Amino acid sequence: MFTPILILTAIGLFIAFAVAIIVRYFGMPEDPLKQQITDLMPGANCGGCGFAGCGAYATAMAEGKAKPGKCPSMNSENAAKIAELLGVTVEKSEPMVAIVCCSGDDNTASRNAFYNGVNNCRDAMQIDAGTKSCSYGCLGLGSCANACPFHAIEMTPQHLAVVHPELCTGCGKCVDTCPKNIIKLVPRSAKIHVFCSSPLRGAEKRKVCKSGCIGCQKCKKAAEEGQIEMNGSLAVINYENPPAAEIASQCPTHVLRSNETTPKKSKEETNE
Amino acid sequence: MNKSYQFYGGVHPAQQKLARKSAIAVAPLFPFYTVPLSMHIGAPAKPIVKIGDKVLRGQMIAEAGGFVSAPVHSPTSGTIKDIKPCLGVTGVKTPCFIIESDGEDKEYERMKPFSDWQEADPKKILSRIAEAGVVGMGGAAFPTAVKLSPPPGKKIDTLILNGIECEPCLTDDHRLMLEKAKEILIGIQISARILGVKTIILGIEKNKPDAVEVMTEQAKDLPITVFPLNVRYPQGAEKQLIFALTKRKVPTGGLPMDVGCVVQNVASAFAVYNAVYKGIPLYERVTTITGTPLVSPGNWHLRIGTSFADAIRLAGGVKEDPAKIISGGPMMGFSVYSLEIPITKNSSGILLMSPSEITQFQSKSCIHCGRCNDVCPMQLMPGILSTQIENECFDLSENWNVLNCLDCGCCSYICPAGRPLVQHMRRAKAEIMAKRKEAKKDTPKGKASK
Repeated sequence: MFTPILILTAIGLFIAFAVAIIVRYFGMPEDPLKQQITDLMPGANCGGCGFAGCGAYATAMAEGKAKPGKCPSMNSENAAKIAELLGVTVEKSEPMVAIVCCSGDDNTASRNAFYNGVNNCRDAMQIDAGTKSCSYGCLGLGSCANACPFHAIEMTPQHLAVVHPELCTGCGKCVDTCPKNIIKLVPRSAKIHVFCSSPLRGAEKRKVCKSGCIGCQKCKKAAEEGQIEMNGSLAVINYENPPAAEIASQCPTHVLRSNETTPKKSKEETNE
Repeated sequence: MNKSYQFYGGVHPAQQKLARKSAIAVAPLFPFYTVPLSMHIGAPAKPIVKIGDKVLRGQMIAEAGGFVSAPVHSPTSGTIKDIKPCLGVTGVKTPCFIIESDGEDKEYERMKPFSDWQEADPKKILSRIAEAGVVGMGGAAFPTAVKLSPPPGKKIDTLILNGIECEPCLTDDHRLMLEKAKEILIGIQISARILGVKTIILGIEKNKPDAVEVMTEQAKDLPITVFPLNVRYPQGAEKQLIFALTKRKVPTGGLPMDVGCVVQNVASAFAVYNAVYKGIPLYERVTTITGTPLVSPGNWHLRIGTSFADAIRLAGGVKEDPAKIISGGPMMGFSVYSLEIPITKNSSGILLMSPSEITQFQSKSCIHCGRCNDVCPMQLMPGILSTQIENECFDLSENWNVLNCLDCGCCSYICPAGRPLVQHMRRAKAEIMAKRKEAKKDTPKGKASK
């Protein structure tokens, strides 16, 4: 009975020694700097930096081929630590957050037809450019939610994509995925946003969606000069000089509002 | 030349040709016509009339916008009310003329007919076809004049007349062959003369025995072979039809002219006859309006620009609420949500489906049965492609030749798991084409792109 145990133990010890010797004398020395940088990376592999993933970007930084500060998902603390390791100063970039510029869910926006196809916005665009009556509206099939590496986008039961800012890192994957181009990256410091993308006239918009911007210009008058501009019947916030949060109370359709949402439940909680 | 060949794959959908017995009727005048500027492949036509102008039937209202383009003619006499974007079959708004009819239907000065087409200069006939706005009326709407002028290097030896009509439900080509056989045959001979081709083959499926009989009778003394073929969808697709009749295979990414063939639909041949022999431009076509919810399905000579609502009213309206309205046939048509959509040069049919006829498929996992591989007429592997496309690996699916897909829908038809295979392929093709377009834009002019 003891024989197999002895044999296995002997084999184990032999391999352990062999591996130790190979690593000691033949192994390639790993750059400790690269390891340190990789540990500080967010590890989401979102590709927002332009490299294939976190590992590739860390290698490029360690080899001096790239500068720190390109990672949209990294907090400023870690960015500063990496800059210190590399001995460079990092320009502080404004943290960004994604917003879905549409408020028209099933309760307020109408649809032209019943869509019974592939459950993906980009597929839905092949047929009738999506079934939503408003051509700037969120199709509500969740391509952005599937693309988000941080699970920060939630599809409401009324088929509208909502970004949870506390989870969003601003990597921009959803922006590239959305076939309607209604997801935007905005500075985190801005307090209020216009949740509508249609520059059509107010009356036309009203026919297809009850929650769009009607272009009444109340917010423009309440804000300081140059903070809010009009693109057709759509209020556009100048993010270089964002207006104060109080202005949101002026909006009659509640389309100008804060992007803060009720925190998303984590997966474990939802499963329970 | 007494043998037909069987192309790979294909399916046998239920025929349901409800309107096969009803003769082509002439539609009355409607108060409004919506005529799109772009009814063909290629550059959209350029308007040459202004809002408020009076136009006559057959008057050119938009000229060709490039070499691959076709002019547009007014379907009736009246006033141009507006030029604005209107909904098209694909759901995209394109610029359209809104023409209000004055009820008189006065004809514009007709172009000089070539009654001596056997002697006339082929180049002149060709420019007449271009001027009359004739396009391929089988579905793709490729300008016929461009098709009939192959580049100098290509030698064309066979002209194929397509009377297959493999789409279920549609009967417009069938009725046209029964009623206008002589005219179609003159039309195809005109095309043959332009191309300088001696061999003309007419392919008809055997489910239209009366059309085979009529065409054989009419083509008796002409250099035209009538070829009855076994029924199989999609035999009417160019590449499949060429193989079925000549056993030639069109290479990947190639055109029928690469194997010395040109395929023309019977409706296009009829339009060529009208344009050349009679001098009438293309502003009217035969359209099947069919479906079980309709009171009286049938075939009509409809003016371009007639709205779907007017067309359905012609067929007596509906007995029950349709669940789906399709422009074209059930296999390749587009389902539409508005009845304001106009009939265009390539609308071969309007199909209404009752709630009991449609099924709402729940897409399930692929069970790897391989039936899609058996039926794909282009010998692609739709099951594997759809998995690639679901995971957005478009580069990979491009290597697997997704661009060869015809959109025929055989794979979706046969799939026991109800997977939307052809829909996936359509998306992949759209994404790959969009990417290529972008790459072209990014490459500066003068530099060769890879």
